[in-house]
Amino acid sequence: MNQVLVVAEHSAGRLNPATAKCVSCAAAIPDATIAVLVLAADGAAVAAQAAALNGVSRVLLASHPASEPALAAVLAPQIAKLAPGCSHVFGPSTTFGRDLMPRVAALLDAPQVSDVMAVDGAHRFRRPCYAGNAIATVEVDADRPVVATVRVASWQPAAAGGPAPVERVSADVALPAHTRFVSVSAGRNDRPDLQTAARVVSGGRALGSAENFALIQRFADRIAAAVGASRAAVDAGYAPNELQVGQTGKIIAPELYIAVGISGAIQHITGIKDARTIVAINKDPEAPIFEVADLGLVGDLFRIVPEIESLLAAS
Amino acid sequence: MGKVLVGIKRVIDYNVRVRVRPDGTGIVTDGVKMSINPFDEIALEEALRLRERGAADEVIVASLGPDDAQQQLRTALAMGADRAILVRADGAPEPMLAARALFALVQREQPTFVIVGKQAIDDDASQTGQLLAALWDRPQATFASKIELSGASARVTREVDAGLEVIDVDLPAVFTTDLRLNEPRYVKLPDIMKAKKKPLDVTDLATLGIDATPRQRVVRLEPPAQRQKGVIVKDAAELVAALKQKGLLA
Repeated sequence: MNQVLVVAEHSAGRLNPATAKCVSCAAAIPDATIAVLVLAADGAAVAAQAAALNGVSRVLLASHPASEPALAAVLAPQIAKLAPGCSHVFGPSTTFGRDLMPRVAALLDAPQVSDVMAVDGAHRFRRPCYAGNAIATVEVDADRPVVATVRVASWQPAAAGGPAPVERVSADVALPAHTRFVSVSAGRNDRPDLQTAARVVSGGRALGSAENFALIQRFADRIAAAVGASRAAVDAGYAPNELQVGQTGKIIAPELYIAVGISGAIQHITGIKDARTIVAINKDPEAPIFEVADLGLVGDLFRIVPEIESLLAAS
Repeated sequence: MGKVLVGIKRVIDYNVRVRVRPDGTGIVTDGVKMSINPFDEIALEEALRLRERGAADEVIVASLGPDDAQQQLRTALAMGADRAILVRADGAPEPMLAARALFALVQREQPTFVIVGKQAIDDDASQTGQLLAALWDRPQATFASKIELSGASARVTREVDAGLEVIDVDLPAVFTTDLRLNEPRYVKLPDIMKAKKKPLDVTDLATLGIDATPRQRVVRLEPPAQRQKGVIVKDAAELVAALKQKGLLA
């Protein structure tokens, strides 16, 4: 029997959809019993959402005022204290999980497998490396727990189920004061979330300016899509960092991905290759983005995008 | 005044198109250009700027890797690091070994700052800085795009999924660098000549008292599934029609 502990990600009382994907990955472990651990200031609402995920057998709720906003240095000792008896400790490969889980692994003296895309056995996983140019099959020792981050673009969210029982727990451990949250600047949140949206429209360097990037935002709004950007567009200041899609930004798997004025460096392709349908609009017919696009259109984006909008408005 | 310890990794150059060996045992490396991991180069640049601002008086650069990693350490010395340490290890050491090697050097050198890249572009693991911070029981500020010092603490802007997060960390601390922290300087020829005279010590894991037994093993590498090449449509009308036919747009 494998005991899998999934560390929940949440903010403002809402469970992040990445956690439901971690539960799906946990359910792929043979003979798994899945518990979700919620570390929060209060967390009752988040725990209830986690308890309603299919496959979860119980939710552990550890309330502590220091746990929100989440800081790896504060959460990791609590997780390490509550993890004994677990065969696996999973978190999402979001910036939350990528920051936190290695710290947990070190405290547990356990190996970490990053970005699990497939489970081949309780101690055998597949993960991408070299910007997705290679898929590694990794085996870890079975004599100690396995810590892993789950590549959220590879997994469907667990369906609704439950409700599983919620147990209040307390990690009796000293928490450090050497790390202090100051602020977080969030972008607009009235658009679909980039990491979970069914449709994404991304703009690249060819937009030419932050003003022109508004064209991408308007088009995205028109088709109820999230907005993304290439690294070049973010570096140039056309779009904020949280919109970056690629190896070092967000890795996404929408139903429809529309790349506008993006040449398609391998680091960008890494972030989108799990998209169901990729559309590329670019004036350079040799742009590498056309190698992976299901539908390509060569031409001037400043003419084509408004034309698509008017075609959609007319229908 | 204190020291900055920077961890760098020798990796296949950013611009090389990586190919898996047909037998699945590894990556084609024959004749392939090797470089400092780009995120580690940003870490080194930040360390040099800390020293130039008077926040540190020595920049030590360290690498866990093969003998050939001395090339990358020499490049780091040419960029401006004061001295270098190679911890020899064969194969592809896992992040925990890199963290343990850095921790051994931390105990010896007592740095105020340790800066490493947020991930290496070969294994893409994104673990070493966080592992080190936990072993050391010190703060971590990962994915940093801005580091400002004030006395015994640092205010760090981090690139997170929600946007930009700001945290304060007491020093000493571990920082991992994101792309937009800085732009690394170019190495000038006279600096390459000067770097040849700078100290480069070579040690190994056993000397540092570290058990090199791996806890995870890559048993196979394979190329990723390829996407089918699609079709080029002639105009916006054809594109919209195709998307509607697939049920992707109403």
